[in-house]
Amino acid sequence: MPLKPMLAAGVGLLVAGLIAFALVNVPPGDAQAEYGDVVINNYSDDAGMRPVVFPHWFHRIRFRCNVCHAELGFEFKAGSNDINMLKIFDGEFCGACHNNEIAWGVENCVLCHSGMPGMRTRVHHSTSDRLVAPPTAGRQ
Amino acid sequence: MTDIKRLTLLAVTVLLTGAAALVTAGMAVTGLAGTKRPDLQAPPVQIAQAETTKPRAKKPSAANTFNRLMKKPASAPHAAPADDGIHDPENSGTHLLQWPSEAFQSFPGTNDGNRVDWVKALTEGLIAPRYELEDPESEAFTMDLVIVREVKGSMPDVVYPHQQHTEWLDCTNCHDEIFVPAKGENQISMAAILLGQKCGVCHGKVAFPVTDCRRCHSKPKTIEQLRALANRSAWPAKSEAAKKQ
Ligand code: HEC
Ligand code: HEC
Ligand code: HEC
Ligand code: HEC
Ligand code: HEC
Ligand code: HEC
Repeated sequence: MPLKPMLAAGVGLLVAGLIAFALVNVPPGDAQAEYGDVVINNYSDDAGMRPVVFPHWFHRIRFRCNVCHAELGFEFKAGSNDINMLKIFDGEFCGACHNNEIAWGVENCVLCHSGMPGMRTRVHHSTSDRLVAPPTAGRQ
Repeated sequence: MTDIKRLTLLAVTVLLTGAAALVTAGMAVTGLAGTKRPDLQAPPVQIAQAETTKPRAKKPSAANTFNRLMKKPASAPHAAPADDGIHDPENSGTHLLQWPSEAFQSFPGTNDGNRVDWVKALTEGLIAPRYELEDPESEAFTMDLVIVREVKGSMPDVVYPHQQHTEWLDCTNCHDEIFVPAKGENQISMAAILLGQKCGVCHGKVAFPVTDCRRCHSKPKTIEQLRALANRSAWPAKSEAAKKQ
């Protein structure tokens, strides 16, 4: 192999190692969180409730994205839907299903409000999270 | 530019050059990932033996473990909710939640993300998620239209399949907010995807992550294309000659 491409390949491989590190290296606090878990904490902490953890993996076994992101109108952005309990009681957002008909009802506060206090709103293990390591999640 | 933006851009550039080189070198990440490298394992515990035995090699230094990062995630990949770092173990409800490993037992696997191949799980009928909230019987409105996007450089071209997407999603999830429905009319780059735009709205967050390069870059370049590329980048003088031929 001529020298130049060999050098280039060598440098490339070194860089590839760094990337693998960047991509596999998950910030420590939420290292074990399941991919796609969304923490929603626009209001919960301030209201003295634990933040909400929404598990995508669990719901997508039962519903396609279409149901929530087209029929029910959830926007593709954590925290952007301005959800609160009044809307949920009125059958919007989580309340379209968590109404004791399709799924267990709103009285089960502790199943939704199950997050560590103090976590910020975001989707866990996103690629951009891994590239720019955020401040450690969890208790502060 | 803010530090974070600069950092991200740096990481993105580094990522592209590096991984492209990886692929050209014919070394799929998965190839490295799957195998158990005896030279990376700690040597077996030494048992007292006759004096004539040669002293064993020392344990490899910490520097030797860097490659472990490319390994398939350890044997218990999905933490129970109480141990996953985001659920509060002091909350009684946490202990009622399902453990992903329990749900994923029979699903076909992948190396990253949920480590579930959701496309296969669906087509093989292992899951039957509703397409409409009220109607368990309603079928997805699917469309079988494949768009191939040519990629500059050595990375295989991107094959975008409408079929697998419309199994899950509605046309309005992508058109027109993320993509205008016209072949080649959308500017898509890897940097945008890594920053959570275009394909990255879903991939890298809920749909399979960006680390799974080959699932998108699935149409390899021909040998001729790769040769032309090598000539162009390494020897500018030669590329002139190549043009004349
Ligand atoms: C189906 C899931 C779910 C259940 C069950 C649930 N909540 Fe919520 N709750 C949410 C979501 C989502 C939000 C918005 C979170 C945020 O932005 O902080 C929220 C927000 C809140 C807030 C702050 C906003 C507001 O409306 O004042 C309070 C307080 C609250 N919930 C209390 C409760 C209580 C008390 C219960 C049990 C009676 C309960 N929640 C049950 C999902 C749920
Ligand atoms: C049961 C309802 C439900 C289903 C099904 C569902 N999602 Fe979501 N999705 C949500 C909720 C809730 C949020 C968070 C919204 C918020 O925080 O305001 C969300 C957020 C998202 C986000 C934003 C993440 C971010 O912050 O960047 C993406 C992307 C997403 N979902 C993709 C999908 C895809 C792809 C599917 C199908 C495989 C899917 N979702 C299925 C309810 C659902
Ligand atoms: C499209 C319907 C639908 C929507 C919308 C929905 N859920 Fe659910 N959810 C379900 C169903 C069905 C279950 C399973 C109920 C059961 O176990 O019987 C469930 C279960 C859950 C669980 C328990 C998971 C476990 O491990 O048992 C949590 C937590 C949850 N939902 C949170 C939420 C939150 C928070 C929202 C709103 C941001 C939401 N859900 C919106 C249908 C929905
Ligand atoms: C997950 C996102 C996504 C969904 C969902 C989706 N599309 Fe597309 N669509 C694309 C992309 C990406 C392109 C290619 C755009 C480009 O090449 O610039 C495209 C291109 C198209 C084109 C242009 C084809 C051409 O040859 O010019 C049409 C028409 C189209 N889509 C229709 C639909 C219809 C109808 C649906 C629903 C059944 C749908 N799309 C669902 C992402 C999507
Ligand atoms: C609106 C969300 C969304 C967008 C935008 C999106 N995808 Fe997907 N994509 C999905 C989901 C959901 C799946 C199902 C597999 C999964 O969830 O891991 C999928 C599956 C795929 C598959 C199928 C893999 C297989 O095993 O058959 C390919 C390839 C793919 N996406 C490429 C792309 C490309 C390229 C783009 C951008 C042009 C794109 N996707 C944009 C949500 C999206
Ligand atoms: C979700 C699908 C998807 C995944 C996963 C993906 N890519 Fe891409 N990639 C694309 C698309 C779409 C383009 C733009 C193609 C075009 O120019 O139309 C692209 C372009 C590129 C380019 C050309 C330069 C540029 O920025 O446009 C390179 C190099 C590249 N990708 C490398 C990678 C590497 C390395 C990985 C794995 C770490 C990867 N890609 C994973 C979809 C993907």
